[in-house]
Amino acid sequence: MGIEAQFQKVEEKLYQNRYLVDAGQPHIKIAPHEKPSKNLLAMTHLCPAGCYTEAESGQVEIAADGCLECGTCRVLCEETGEITWNYPRGGYGILFKFG
Amino acid sequence: MIDEKFDAIVIGAGMAGNAAAYTMASRGLKVLQLERGEYPGSKNVQGGILYADMVEKIIPEFRNEAPLERHLIEQRFWLMSDTAHTGMHYRNDDFNEEKGNRYTIIRSQFDRWFSQQARAKGVILLCETTAVELIQDAYGKVVGVRTDRSGGPIHADVVVLAEGVNGLLGTRAELRPRPQASQVALAVKEMHFLPAEVIEQRFNIKGDEGVVIEAAGTISKGMAGMGFIYTNKESISVGLGCLVSDFADNQTSPAQLLDLFKKHPSVAPLIAGSEVKEYAAHLIPEGGYKAIPKLFGPGYVICGDAAQLNNAVHREGSNLAMTSGRIAGEAIYQIKSRRDPFTAENLALYKKMLDDSFVIKDLKKYKDMPELLHTQASNLFLTYPQLVAKAMENFVRVDGTPKIEKEKTTFSSFRKSRGALGLLGDAMRFARAWR
Repeated sequence: MGIEAQFQKVEEKLYQNRYLVDAGQPHIKIAPHEKPSKNLLAMTHLCPAGCYTEAESGQVEIAADGCLECGTCRVLCEETGEITWNYPRGGYGILFKFG
Repeated sequence: MIDEKFDAIVIGAGMAGNAAAYTMASRGLKVLQLERGEYPGSKNVQGGILYADMVEKIIPEFRNEAPLERHLIEQRFWLMSDTAHTGMHYRNDDFNEEKGNRYTIIRSQFDRWFSQQARAKGVILLCETTAVELIQDAYGKVVGVRTDRSGGPIHADVVVLAEGVNGLLGTRAELRPRPQASQVALAVKEMHFLPAEVIEQRFNIKGDEGVVIEAAGTISKGMAGMGFIYTNKESISVGLGCLVSDFADNQTSPAQLLDLFKKHPSVAPLIAGSEVKEYAAHLIPEGGYKAIPKLFGPGYVICGDAAQLNNAVHREGSNLAMTSGRIAGEAIYQIKSRRDPFTAENLALYKKMLDDSFVIKDLKKYKDMPELLHTQASNLFLTYPQLVAKAMENFVRVDGTPKIEKEKTTFSSFRKSRGALGLLGDAMRFARAWR
């Protein structure tokens, strides 16, 4: 079984969720960098919402629309200043139906 | 926005925040509660099991009204290899009692209900309001908060930080450290919907009876972690969590790990044909006693997950959260009714009361457990489960091999994997941490 068939795409998982996206105001930002740290690079695997991706040029990018606000990246990458982590504005972001 | 001054501001409408707000308002205090979600519970995630005793101490008649899913009559522990589980099942009809002991709940529903009770006692709740900063006076005393709503700061005599494991206010004000990667687990969870009758057939239950399965072993790929399966009325919560530091070291995708858990031959039939309606992720405090920050200071107290009050060994968290919130509320009420100021000296009463409760006593008992589980992860979560599965197979598979040889194979497999001294050491370390 290929890896594609074995695992459901994270986007498909997120599709079931309810969000109110604060367009143009991402609550997580990555600082400009030449080469990502080990932890930042690890986020491309670790982020449960698949928000982090590695660009062809080697930098790590984020699209935070599907963020589940777990805080894993904050724990791993905020201290070094590689990312800034805020809550979305009140009422925005993930809205758990069940939680 | 709000010119009046409050007796207390509570940050967050989860278990700790709602317990604190309810306790204070029902004693006549003027309480403002801030919640960043659309409604209480919309940002909260739990497995989730509710422990009745701790709710009863706040709202004795909660069973009549609270949205509860199933009362638990059976607990299964599964030690898993890739193809097997070796289980211990504990089922007791005595749990079919008038006042149930443990219930499965759905947090968004329970939190909404809990918050309604607090508001009925007079709590003023502002939803869709993110508290962004604590306001401190020249002496460092917390005197209020700033929010992302228009208008100025809001002032209060005391602020209850019930902002959850990932709370920003306390860390930004340097009242508590940001959790370390080795002190938090990342859990992912899906809600699998099935008709109630199907759930009851598959789990051998009837009516509102429920089952909990907690599973450890090769499902976490050698990382310190656990899987869980909880029966709700018409859904099954399926999830898995591992330490963030282990996830980072192993570069593992939690979503894929959850998919593998769901595909395990012992799990797949339980959730077959279900409709998944939500996928959630959340951090769980796992640092135990040694990771508890300073719980109080001038003008503030810290409760629940924000204070790392979570018993990882017993999978208890929400009950520690709501108990800490209740106790904080009681301590604040006592100080207020004496007309004393909310200095650190006076708020030390919260810590003293919490120390005397099961919350700190339980966490103290297991103070060495996190280190043990975290440094021994690959043995405890990978080697031993595989050995146990092999031993069980040796025991039950009939293939003409004399039993004495089978036993020898089993014993030597244990010795080979960990060595006689390793086995003894593991047992001693575990016993010591448990004591």
